[in-house]
Amino acid sequence: MTQFLRMGGYAVYVWPAVALTLIVLSLNIVWARRALALAQRDARRRLVIGRREAV
Amino acid sequence: MAWVWFHRFGSAPYFYRVARRLTPWFAWPALVLCLAGLVWGLGFTPPDAHQGYGFRILYIHVPAAWLSVQVYVVMAVAAAVGLIWRMKVAHAVAASCATLGASFTVITLGTGMLWGKPMWGTYWAWDPRLTSELLLLFIYLGYIGLRSGFDDTARADRASAVLAIVGVVDVPIINYSVVWWNSLHQGPSIIRAGGPAIAEPMLIPVLLMIVGFYCYFAAVLLTRARGEILRRERNAQWIADELAAPGSSVGSGGGSGAIAGTFQGATAPHSPAEHGRI
Repeated sequence: MTQFLRMGGYAVYVWPAVALTLIVLSLNIVWARRALALAQRDARRRLVIGRREAV
Repeated sequence: MAWVWFHRFGSAPYFYRVARRLTPWFAWPALVLCLAGLVWGLGFTPPDAHQGYGFRILYIHVPAAWLSVQVYVVMAVAAAVGLIWRMKVAHAVAASCATLGASFTVITLGTGMLWGKPMWGTYWAWDPRLTSELLLLFIYLGYIGLRSGFDDTARADRASAVLAIVGVVDVPIINYSVVWWNSLHQGPSIIRAGGPAIAEPMLIPVLLMIVGFYCYFAAVLLTRARGEILRRERNAQWIADELAAPGSSVGSGGGSGAIAGTFQGATAPHSPAEHGRI
């Protein structure tokens, strides 16, 4: 396990690279889901307004 | 036949529905493939003769670099389709690509720098491959910046589409930079005449990661594109139906039953309590 973490002396380069990738990819998932949730919320609001005007 | 397919995907409700159904079919394979590729690549590959274990950075650098360019191609093609056929769905897809593409470019540059320090002795060099990839990041950022400068989505779509199409000239420059110029960066080692230049036990995890990254891209792109389509479609009946459908909401649980009651036709009864829940 320690050997795995040491990466043959390249740990200071390999692990930050992995961390950067995981952080950026996770952020994109969060952003995409939040953007969709916001768009859905806004669409619901618009529909409620449209419905009220129609009545 | 091809045109039927084309027109179907140009229809916002159809695209939205298909995107919703397809997303998990890309998301789960993406997770499994990336985990497998990462564990295999980082944990079980033999050290490189010259680069020791430092070469393992390439298991994320290579897929990210592929995607950074491929996402751009998808974005430019979608933008061109949107511009030529005035297709809202295509514009929504193009707009959804930008953040993802910029992210892959950041990962490519970041991991490349972390690989370059021990291997080349420097984080950065004004090398053709590195410079053209940096230019790609600026094109993505320019695209995002240009879009945010417009309040009107339709105008943002048209203006940014032109930028996306012009920016495509950078794609062949990135691809052939290592061939045309005497680059510090190594040449192509997977897709090349005479087959891959990587030994099989080292190659398989790369391929897993590449396919995994493609699936990840597809899943996130479809999610983003749905959001973009919702923003573009105003007061359409299908949105009401779609938002009322079970399992259609992401991160906004509850309330869909009330929505179904509220939006099904003008004759459907609704109470103030239902509005309150929305």
